[in-house]
Amino acid sequence: MNWFRDYLLPRGGATHAGDVDGLFMFIIYLTIFFFFFNGALIFYAVKRWRRRSDREVTPHITHDTRLELIWSFIPLVVVMLVFFWGFKGYVRAWVAPNDSIEIVATGKKWVWQFEYPDGTRTLNDLHVPVNKPVKLVLHSEDVIHSFYVPGFRLKRDAIPGRYTELWFTATEPGVQQVFCAEYCGKGHSDMLARIFVDTPEQYETFLREGDEQVRKMPLKDLGQLVYENKGCATCHSLDGTRGQGPSWKGIWGKVHTGTDGKQYTVDANYIRQSILQPQAVVVQGFEPIMPTFQGLLREREISGLIEFIKSQE
Amino acid sequence: MSEAITHNGIGHAAHHADYLEDPKGLWSWLTTLDHKRIGLMYLWSVLTFFLAGGIFALLIRLELLTPKQTIMTAEQYNRVFTLHGTIMVFLVIIPAIPAALGNFVLPLLLGAKDVAFPRLNLASLYVYWTGALMALSTLLLGGVDTGWTFYTPYSTTTGGGVTMMVLAAFTLGFSSIFTGVNFITTIHKLRAPGMGWFEMPLFCWGMYSTALIQVLATPVLGITLLLLVMERVLGVGIFDPQLGGDPVLFQHFFWFYSHPAVYIMILPGMAVISEIIPTFSKKTIFGYKAIAFSSVAIALLGFLVWAHHMFVAGMSLFAGAIFSFLTFFIAIPSAIKVFNWIATMWRGSISLEAPMLYAMAFLLIFTIGGLTGLFLAALSTDVHLHDTYFVVSHFHYVMAGTSLFALLAGIHYWWPKMFGRMYSNKLAPLACALVFIGFNATFLPQFVLGSRGMPRRYYNYLPQFQDLHVASTVGSWILAAGLFLAAAYLLASFRGPKNAPANPWGGRTLEWETTSPPTTHNFEGQPVLQHGPYDYRANPAPVGVHEHSH
Ligand code: HEC
Ligand SMILES: [Cu+2]
Repeated sequence: MNWFRDYLLPRGGATHAGDVDGLFMFIIYLTIFFFFFNGALIFYAVKRWRRRSDREVTPHITHDTRLELIWSFIPLVVVMLVFFWGFKGYVRAWVAPNDSIEIVATGKKWVWQFEYPDGTRTLNDLHVPVNKPVKLVLHSEDVIHSFYVPGFRLKRDAIPGRYTELWFTATEPGVQQVFCAEYCGKGHSDMLARIFVDTPEQYETFLREGDEQVRKMPLKDLGQLVYENKGCATCHSLDGTRGQGPSWKGIWGKVHTGTDGKQYTVDANYIRQSILQPQAVVVQGFEPIMPTFQGLLREREISGLIEFIKSQE
Repeated sequence: MSEAITHNGIGHAAHHADYLEDPKGLWSWLTTLDHKRIGLMYLWSVLTFFLAGGIFALLIRLELLTPKQTIMTAEQYNRVFTLHGTIMVFLVIIPAIPAALGNFVLPLLLGAKDVAFPRLNLASLYVYWTGALMALSTLLLGGVDTGWTFYTPYSTTTGGGVTMMVLAAFTLGFSSIFTGVNFITTIHKLRAPGMGWFEMPLFCWGMYSTALIQVLATPVLGITLLLLVMERVLGVGIFDPQLGGDPVLFQHFFWFYSHPAVYIMILPGMAVISEIIPTFSKKTIFGYKAIAFSSVAIALLGFLVWAHHMFVAGMSLFAGAIFSFLTFFIAIPSAIKVFNWIATMWRGSISLEAPMLYAMAFLLIFTIGGLTGLFLAALSTDVHLHDTYFVVSHFHYVMAGTSLFALLAGIHYWWPKMFGRMYSNKLAPLACALVFIGFNATFLPQFVLGSRGMPRRYYNYLPQFQDLHVASTVGSWILAAGLFLAAAYLLASFRGPKNAPANPWGGRTLEWETTSPPTTHNFEGQPVLQHGPYDYRANPAPVGVHEHSH
C-alpha cells in the first residue's frame, strides 16, 4: 500500500520521517476501519430493524456491563499504543546529536534568514549537507512564525524573545520546501524558503564561495552585502561622519598618515592589509581597535569590499 | 412517584393561547421572560449569523479556487477568514444548541415552567446582541486580521479593530456565562417531582456539562482578553516581548478557555443526539449512566489538555508528553457514547424520519472527526500536521460538522413543538444527503492537503495543491445547496396550518406531553414523572399532565 502513503504524504527526506509515516498510516487504517465498522453497524441496524408497524415493541435493554467494559477497554489499549508510538518519535526528534552543524534561523515578516557557523548568511535558501545532523536555532524578530518542512515532517515555532530548536538529518540530496506555518499577516503565505540538501562536494563549494545567489552577485553588491552583514558598518560610515573608524567616503586613492608617521595611499593592497592585519598600519587619530578578519572573509568578498570602497565617492 | 405532588396546577389554563400568540406584538417579544421565546430569538439570531459566517466561508473557498489572487487581496482574505472564524465560534456554534435549542427545551424536558432566572436569561440575549453588534462594528474600524485566536504579539501590534473585536468576544462570554449559570440552577432546582438525576433526559446532562465549562472556563477567556486590551491600549507588557512580556503565555491562557470551549460546542450536539436516537429507535437508551457520566468526564478532562495546541511552540518534552497522554483519554468517553448510540438502535424499531437521518449523519461525521483527533493528540504526527489543513479539517468535523448536524437534527426534531407545524418530509432526505455529501466533499480533501503539507491561513499556495482545493470549493457549493434546501422546506411549513400533534414522533420525554406549540406556562399544571425518559415498555403507566384530579 505504498501508493496510498505516497498519495497522502510528501516524500520523506529526513531520518525520522519514516517513524512519523508509520504511525500516520497506522492511524489512517484505524480511522478507515472504524468509520466503516460504525457505518456498517448503523447500516445493518437500519436494514434489519427498520420500523414496519407503529405497534412494534422493542426489548428494554438498559445496559450490558460486560459489553461496555469491552468497548471502553479496546479503545483504551489502542490509544495508549498510539500515545507511546507518537511519544517515541517525538523523543527521537528531541535532542540533537553533539556533532550537529548549528545554524541560526531567524524569521521576520516575511523572510527566513540563516546564519552558518562560519558567519555566512543566506536569505530564504538554507544549505545543509546530506547525511549530517543539522541543528536549527530558531527565533523571530517580530511576531511568531513557524518553520515547517513537510518533507522532514518537522515544524517548530520561531518566537520573539526566546530560542527554540529543531534538528534533522537529511537523507537525500535535493530541494525541500519550507513554509511558515504560524499566521503572521499579509505575507504569511509567501514566507517560503527552500532547503538545499547538498552532496558533501556541493556543500564544500557553498561554504567556500557562498550560495549561487552570492556567486552570481556583482562584486560591488557583494561588497555592500559584506559591509552590512559583517559588522564593518558599525565602525565605518559611508557619509563622512567619523565613527570608531574612519569613514569610507572618498578615501579611495587618498593618502593617509599612519601612527608610525609614514604615508600610505589607499589602494587595493592597502585595503586588503587593513582588513587582514589591521594593526600593521593604524590611521592617525584612531585607536587600534579594528578586529582582524583573517579567515572570516572569502577571497571574493575581499575583492567585493575593495570595489565597494572604490565606489564611495 | 407519590400522588400528592401532582395537584398544583392552574385550573384555567385552557384559556391560554400558545406561547407564539400570547401576548402579541414585537414589544412583547423584546421584553418577554418566556424561555421559549428567548430560545427562538436566539435561534433566529444564530441562524442569521450562520448565514453571514457561511457566506464568508464560501468567499474563502472561492478565493482558494486558484493558487494566486482570485477574487480578493491578501488583506481582505485575512479579514474574511477572521470574521468567518469569530462569527462561527462566538456567535453561532457556542450559543447555537445551548442558548437556542437548550433554552427552548430544557425547562420542557424538566417539566418546569421556565428557567430558574428568566430575567438573567433575557439579559443574556441582550448581552449577546450587544456583543454581536460590537463584533460587526469592527468592519467599520478597518477590520480585524488576527484570526479568531488573536495570537500575540501579532494581535497586539497589527492595526484595525482588534480591540473592539476582543471586547466583543469578552462581552459574548458574559452571555454564555449567564446561560450556564441559569442552566445549572434550573437543573438543580426545577426538575419535576419524581425526576431524580438519573431520570433526567440525557439532554439535560449534556447541558449541565456544557454549563459547567461555560461557567468555569469563560472567565479565563475574559481575563485573557482584557489583558490583551490592556497591552494594546495602555502598553502594559504582558504578552509582547518588546514590552517584556511572553507571547506563549497568551497561548496557554487562550487555550485554557478555548480547548474546553471545543466541548461547549460538541457536548450540546451529543445531548441532542441522545434524545433523538431512542425516540426514532423506539427503544430505551443503552447505557444511560455511561452516556451521562461520559459527558461530565469530557467536560472535566477538557480542562486538562489545553496545551496540546502548543506541541511545536517550544514546550518541554515532559509537558508535551503529559498533555498528549491526557488528551488520549478524551477518546474513551467519546467512543463509549458512539457505541452506546449504536447499541440503542440495535434491535430497535427504527424509523428514518428527518431528525434521525441527520442524527445518523452526525454519528458518521463524529466518527471521522474523533478518530482524526488521534493524529493530533499523538506527538510525532502532530508536529507534521499542526497548523496545516489537516487541523482545519479535523476541527471542522468535530466542531462545525457535528454542531451543524446536531443543530439540524434538533431543529427538525423540535420544529413541530416550537412552531406547531410539520414540514415536508419529502425533501428532508435529499437535503440531508446534500449536506452530508457537501460537507465531506469540502473537508475530506483538506485532510489530504494538510498531510501533504499545505499550511492553514494561506492566501497564496503552491500550484501542486490546486486540485484538492478545487474539490473542496465545489464541495462547499453542494453543502450550501443542501442547507438552502433545508431552509426552504422548513420555512415553507409556515404557510401551512398549525397541525402538529403534541407528540408527532412518539417521544417519551415531558416536552411531548404538552401541546404543540406549548402554552406560555408550558404545562397545564405541574407534570409529574411517571416513567423514565426513554421507557418504551409495553403498557407503560399512564403519563402526562395532571390537572386537578379531585
Ligand atoms: C570595531 C570597529 C571596526 C570594525 C568592526 C571594522 N573596522 Fe575597519 N577600522 C577601524 C578603525 C578604528 C580603523 C582605523 C585604525 C586602523 O587603521 O586600524 C579602521 C580602519 C580600516 C581601514 C583603513 C581605513 C583608512 O581610512 O585608512 C579599512 C580599509 C577598514 N578598516 C576596513 C574594514 C572592513 C572591510 C571591515 C569589515 C569587514 C572593518 N574595517 C571593520 C575599526 C573597525
Ligand atoms: Cu510567518
